[in-house]
Amino acid sequence: MREFKILAVIAALVGITYYGIEPYAHHIMHPEVAPADFSFKTLKNVDTTLAGNVENGKVLVEANCIACHAIDKAGYPAVMPNADAAASYGVVPPDLSSAGRIYDKNYLANFIFDPVTAMHLEGKYTPESGKQFPMPAYNWMSPQEIMDVVAYLQSVSPKVEGTEAHKATFEAACGRCHDMKYAGIEATTPKDNLKTYMGTTPPDLSQYIKSRGEHYLHTFINDPQALLHGTSMPRVGLTEAAQEEVIAYMEEIGDSKKAERESLGLWVMLYTFVFAILAYLWKRKIWSEVH
Amino acid sequence: MAEFKKADSMLEWFDQRLGVVNFAKVMMTEYWIPKNINFLWAMGVLLTVMFTFLVVSGIFLLMYYKPDVNMAFDSVNYTIMQEVAYGWLFRHIHAVGASVVFLVIYIHMFTGIYYGSYKKGREMIWISGMLLFVLFSAEGFSGYMLPWGQMSYWAAYVITEIFGGIPFIGDELVVWIRGNFYVSDSTLTRFFMLHVLLIPLAILGAIVFHFYALRFPHVNNEKGEFFDFDEEAEKYLAGNKKESKVVPFWPVFLSKDFFVLGFFMLFFFYLVFFHYNFAMDPVNFDKADGLKTPAHIYPEWYFLWSYEVLRGFFFEIAGVSGKDLGLIAFGIANAIFFVMPWLDRSPMVKPANQRPYFKYWFWFLMVDLIVLTVYGKLPPTGANAWVGFASSMTFLVLFAALPFITKAEAKKVGGK
Repeated sequence: MREFKILAVIAALVGITYYGIEPYAHHIMHPEVAPADFSFKTLKNVDTTLAGNVENGKVLVEANCIACHAIDKAGYPAVMPNADAAASYGVVPPDLSSAGRIYDKNYLANFIFDPVTAMHLEGKYTPESGKQFPMPAYNWMSPQEIMDVVAYLQSVSPKVEGTEAHKATFEAACGRCHDMKYAGIEATTPKDNLKTYMGTTPPDLSQYIKSRGEHYLHTFINDPQALLHGTSMPRVGLTEAAQEEVIAYMEEIGDSKKAERESLGLWVMLYTFVFAILAYLWKRKIWSEVH
Repeated sequence: MAEFKKADSMLEWFDQRLGVVNFAKVMMTEYWIPKNINFLWAMGVLLTVMFTFLVVSGIFLLMYYKPDVNMAFDSVNYTIMQEVAYGWLFRHIHAVGASVVFLVIYIHMFTGIYYGSYKKGREMIWISGMLLFVLFSAEGFSGYMLPWGQMSYWAAYVITEIFGGIPFIGDELVVWIRGNFYVSDSTLTRFFMLHVLLIPLAILGAIVFHFYALRFPHVNNEKGEFFDFDEEAEKYLAGNKKESKVVPFWPVFLSKDFFVLGFFMLFFFYLVFFHYNFAMDPVNFDKADGLKTPAHIYPEWYFLWSYEVLRGFFFEIAGVSGKDLGLIAFGIANAIFFVMPWLDRSPMVKPANQRPYFKYWFWFLMVDLIVLTVYGKLPPTGANAWVGFASSMTFLVLFAALPFITKAEAKKVGGK
């Protein structure tokens, strides 16, 4: 009985200390922020209930978008090589092939209307800064026209699934600025351009699943400003499903042994448990002679 | 050379040459341990096993680790964690083991303090144990630098910087330790050497010494009772096993230890596989960057209490700067446990709860150390800084008061 009391005292002391240095300290050092909002409800410039017309969208896209953007899957190749594009615009403009699939509809419509507000980069592109986002605002378009463009982009997005989608989404959403060294992925925009464009070289994301963790990434990717105020990383506007694909890919690359770890863990614990029981029985036998 | 008769068995062959029968008696079957003990007496064996785990996992890690600032991070996080078969397992065992070994060291150490196992002939056991504590601290600190993550770098930066406060030689000492003006490649390679060679050698030596120091005063027991071990051993050998106050190390004592070890390992492997962030700080999965200071810098949890004593003094007192005061207090905090046997002036060797004054001192110390540990991690701003100051002062006052408290206790119990 006394042994259990001692164990309880030790467990209490260790438990209190653990609570203090882990959950409590984390709570103090990383205060909770507003939960991720995948409907991007603060963006209200475009009435997204309007049904878009794909045919008209195609016409608008050909007139307004493909001068800078590739839409490879729809037969519009890149206008120039990445290095030249980065030199012209500061950063390589995204290929819009998967835009309709990975970006939230509301976000995408409002982005076309006014990119800077949608990305939450008002702090970077102030009039005083003299900086200008390379893509102009299409706030002169009617909401119907914007929704036509969105409908067209959604119509050309190829369906991909599984691990293939994880990688594709990561490359489309993150790959213009971020390296993923452990997957052999290099940002499509050259480093020098990136440094000028972003103010700093965006980090390699190989170990971000470990250093930031799923919980942090979930909120951060949805709205970087909420956790890292003043960062030059834009809000990219991924749908919840697309963001989960990105995080899944970061885990596949950054924590590739997770499944092995978890299954082996159970076996090792089972083995140890059997050892502990046998050791207990042996101890009982041995000590029965001396007590 | 003595005459050798032909051996009849393998055992005899070895016994003729190495005296293994006698050796086994001295080390195992006739090495006597008190019977009156609880599971806290298993911590020594737990530590020996944990140390073995660390050595073995460390050897495996050593095969792929690269002590170079350009390669260290990837050699750990890519090569070992993802490419090499079960490399991740060895790293998890090593990192979690390093943290858990300190948990057991602290339990072992405070068991010693609680039961008064450091005095009346047991001083050398205590001192060799404290020496091991210091060596393990150095081993933990040097090892933490090797993955070359952000916390590796900045903890190394802050801790080596502490030596700069030493009068006259401080600045030169910091450069000497780092091998450069800042934490750099030379710092990494020398800490690598310390971690894999010099300190482990010293630890092995200190472990042998610690075990040796146990042989003469013998292991303490749950009541602090003194008895004649030879007499009790004779009883045991004569077959009066139930009456005897001692049991042999093998198989009786170890059978209990294995049982405790089994359940401890269950807890340990749970941490290794499923709950390792406390020992593998997420911040350390960002590669070291000397130009990017992390928002919060803190050492591993087992250094937090002494780190907080260092930070606790944040303002000038009587013309001495807070930094210097903190350094002095930090020095005292790290050395004071060594002289525990002489600070305790009471002759009582009893569990703390049976000692009229010491029990208060002991639990006060435990609470203070927990407060120091928790606040050692929190940002030292606002009220936190004052909690840190108060608990650091409490720590120093507790030790300054110990001789007086125990002297009064000795008087009260009349030298018993």
